[in-house]
Amino acid sequence: MSILLDKSTKVLVQGITGRDGAFHTRQMLDYGTQIVGGVTPGKGGQLTDDGLPVFNSVQEAVGETGATASVIYVPARFAAAAVSEAVEAGIGLVVCITEGIPVLDMVTVYHQVAAQGARLIGPNCPGIISPGKAKIGIMPGAIHEPGRVGVISRSGTLTYEIVHALTTRGIGQSTCIGIGGDPIVGSSFRDLLPLFEDDDETDAVVLVGEIGGDEEERTAAFIQDHIRKPVFAYVVGQTAPEGKRMGHAGAIVSGNAGTAESKIKAFGAAGVPVAGTIDELADTVRAKLE
Amino acid sequence: MKIHEYQAKELFGEYGIAVPPHRVATTPDEVQAAAAAFGGTVAVKAQVHVGGRGKAGGIKVVTGAEAARTAGEAILGMSIKDIPVKKVLVVESHAEIVREAYLGVILDRSVKGVTFICSAAGGVDIEEVAANTPEKIIRFHATSRDFPEAEARMAASQLFGDEQTVEPVLNAMRGLFNLLWEKDASLAEINPLVQNDRGEVVALDGKVNFDDNALYRQPEVAALRDLDEEDVNELEAKEKGLSFVQLDGDIGCMVNGAGLAMATMDMIQLFGGAPANFLDVGGSSNPDKVVHAFQLLLQNPRVKAILINIFGGITRCDDIAHGILESYKRIEINRPVVIRLSGTNAEEGRQLLTDTPLLTADTFEAAVKQAITCAKEAK
Repeated sequence: MSILLDKSTKVLVQGITGRDGAFHTRQMLDYGTQIVGGVTPGKGGQLTDDGLPVFNSVQEAVGETGATASVIYVPARFAAAAVSEAVEAGIGLVVCITEGIPVLDMVTVYHQVAAQGARLIGPNCPGIISPGKAKIGIMPGAIHEPGRVGVISRSGTLTYEIVHALTTRGIGQSTCIGIGGDPIVGSSFRDLLPLFEDDDETDAVVLVGEIGGDEEERTAAFIQDHIRKPVFAYVVGQTAPEGKRMGHAGAIVSGNAGTAESKIKAFGAAGVPVAGTIDELADTVRAKLE
Repeated sequence: MKIHEYQAKELFGEYGIAVPPHRVATTPDEVQAAAAAFGGTVAVKAQVHVGGRGKAGGIKVVTGAEAARTAGEAILGMSIKDIPVKKVLVVESHAEIVREAYLGVILDRSVKGVTFICSAAGGVDIEEVAANTPEKIIRFHATSRDFPEAEARMAASQLFGDEQTVEPVLNAMRGLFNLLWEKDASLAEINPLVQNDRGEVVALDGKVNFDDNALYRQPEVAALRDLDEEDVNELEAKEKGLSFVQLDGDIGCMVNGAGLAMATMDMIQLFGGAPANFLDVGGSSNPDKVVHAFQLLLQNPRVKAILINIFGGITRCDDIAHGILESYKRIEINRPVVIRLSGTNAEEGRQLLTDTPLLTADTFEAAVKQAITCAKEAK
């Protein structure tokens, strides 16, 4: 098993005719993802180079294909509306890759997704991969290996680096999820940890946090009360100056809030080991699983 | 994005929040003229984005146009936290303050909405109030565009403890809330909101920050940006599509991905070095980006060594290597460069770089250690 995604998940691509959408659709197909079609308003009725049907709306696409998941590659100014359209059409899992969505749009969308009982991953994220089964997003498939460790991260490239460190030590992954680097994202560490806790094929979880907000602190308390499986953490941004955004819109220390120190301390107090380097993180996971 | 106090006050005015009469001045003459027009007591306030203006001597309360001129001369000649003061705000200050309060709305990630923060302890640092006397703060939330009328009314009646101020305080709350939603602000605060001896409720000072992601649809807000307040290198980086933050160490960093860039800086510090910057070159295969990144790093005289840390995913290491070769052709790279390429096409990338003076390292950790050694030897 894995969480959220496997070979049977039927996936739609919103923005399938765009440059990024088309490129990553091919990558996802090659990895084994069941892509059933795409949506680009005004281009309904066409077929993509990969022979996939294009629809004008998510509603229509769901009706024709039975898709249950969608991935969004549309530009920032249209992305929040794309998420809304997907959940209104009954899509249960929406993965939004797009970076740069206005935060107030995400306030509205976040509560709409919750009211519909759907799940949103992202925005500003690499997506989800269940190694050996399927991937929804932009991560390189080749560095992953099927296995029994779950990964949840606020980052993109850093997650690949960590997955690579695990894979080269012979530690495969059940599912890896990039939750996104924005201040407001659809799913938090706390939303996803219980899925790994209940997954028979996950033995341990790696969390990759960063400066900004208090999600890591809240997660530490949550783990103490609700999670039995071993959890390992890594937090970046100790050298970040106050008041500066470190690339990700959500990675900012404001006054004394959101520091790496506070997050590391909270994990430590909850009994979650926090590694100082990526190698140390991977070595600790390996030692625990052996 | 940040704006000045005088710009915040103009926005407050637009949203029906009372502000005292004020005028912007850029010379002592203009300060004198403004003070003469208002008559009596005025406050002369430095317009810079940094906090702590009062403590730095950037705010003076004086009586009479001559005294205002002297105050204006002093403030316009000073720098606050290295930022030269180029504008002051002259504020009519005739009324006596009876009570001071704090009123703010913030875009709050932890509630996925907007949080109102109200405190009868105004005029001081609200973070200190929150840390030391949290009982003095009232908070409530809105998770949609609807103004939370009932909670706001309750808070407004407690703020000054005076029935007469409830409507004007509520009005200020509505104004801040509407401003935040309509202008895509991430924070809008009045500190202090005062009740004066004329029975008025007035915003004496204020601050508004905006969501950078939304500036594309807020051209009027974007036009308020004061380029004098921005870091030149960070602006230049932004224009070139790079994400850059200056630090004060001596190891220049070029990394793909924001998270990996932070991890690289942290590891430099962990092994006893000091990063000179945060720089995310992103996932582009455009060699120009790498050239621009090199230029940015080399502009900093403190940089003694450069560390390039690339994990190829969608980004291909051979694309980055082409960018590096191009950089060596186009600009003089006169400091040691350590590079670590891993992931997609790493071997092809390394082969492209065999005839360059680059020092290649096999692992992230080895690259960091080598860059630290290079920086130390260069001293």
